[in-house]
Amino acid sequence: MNVKPKKILAVASGGGHWIQLMRVIPAFEGHEVVFVSTHEGYKKVAGARKFYAVTDANRWNKLRLIKMAFEVRKIVVAEKPDVVISTGAAPGLFALLWARLAGKKTIWLDSIANVEKLSMSGRLIKPFARLHLTQWEHLQGKGTVYSGNVIH
Amino acid sequence: MKIFVVVGTQEPFDRMIKAIDKWAGDNPGNEIYAQISHAGYLPVNMEYTDFITPDIFDQRFNEADLIVSHAGMGTIISALRNSKPIVVMPRFAQYHEHRNDHQIATAQSFEKLGFVNAAYTDLELFGFLNNASSLTAAPAIGPAASPALIAKLRQFIED
Repeated sequence: MNVKPKKILAVASGGGHWIQLMRVIPAFEGHEVVFVSTHEGYKKVAGARKFYAVTDANRWNKLRLIKMAFEVRKIVVAEKPDVVISTGAAPGLFALLWARLAGKKTIWLDSIANVEKLSMSGRLIKPFARLHLTQWEHLQGKGTVYSGNVIH
Repeated sequence: MKIFVVVGTQEPFDRMIKAIDKWAGDNPGNEIYAQISHAGYLPVNMEYTDFITPDIFDQRFNEADLIVSHAGMGTIISALRNSKPIVVMPRFAQYHEHRNDHQIATAQSFEKLGFVNAAYTDLELFGFLNNASSLTAAPAIGPAASPALIAKLRQFIED
């Protein structure tokens, strides 16, 4: 029972990804959590926990995407988390990438919005996710695991 | 009836906003507030804003009798959490409303589960709006993900 508290970096872009991340917070109980998102407005939601806002971008605005990638890298380097978790999209992809290259534990929880196939980010990040989760039973397999979803 | 319209933070959704604005013109007496995200079409029959802070979002959400939204998970989960009737209109890639058609699959799956009312066309949307008072909400979901998911994450984090 005596688990040494871990430092968790929890990353999600704004909107649905962020709301899904909020619904897995009980999994972080007893550990230190640092949040990263794309809207300064979520700082309040994070409460007493540390919060970083990074540039909002998707794969269609390359310059902003590069800027965001470096912002996320800086956070991963500065915070030295034990575990990085993301529900999507681009900021989480970069966070898992940098963290995995640094030998950290990484978790990708693909958004429940992706019913027919995994998200583009989810497919790209798979080699860098030590735990790769889908929220739909029919999408599990080939290293992608299903173990429940955020709607309960 | 108080209706809160949401298109999300990513991009505008003129097809839906135009349709609701038309309906609002034909059906005065409703209190409609729309978040339109830099839309090309500006509503004339309802109040609107480009973006909204999380605080105001929650307030508008709680006050509303009906939510009308793009098929985004943020709004769908909020409606399920707060047991609000919701009509979703998925974005179509062919109209350049999204990069892909995943919102259509989301709308269909959640419709099948009885979580949302899905409108794929303006006519279907008008149908739901005309019968808004008879739309019911799905039973409220809890504050967190399923115990199986929480346990899986916890085990991996602490392992």
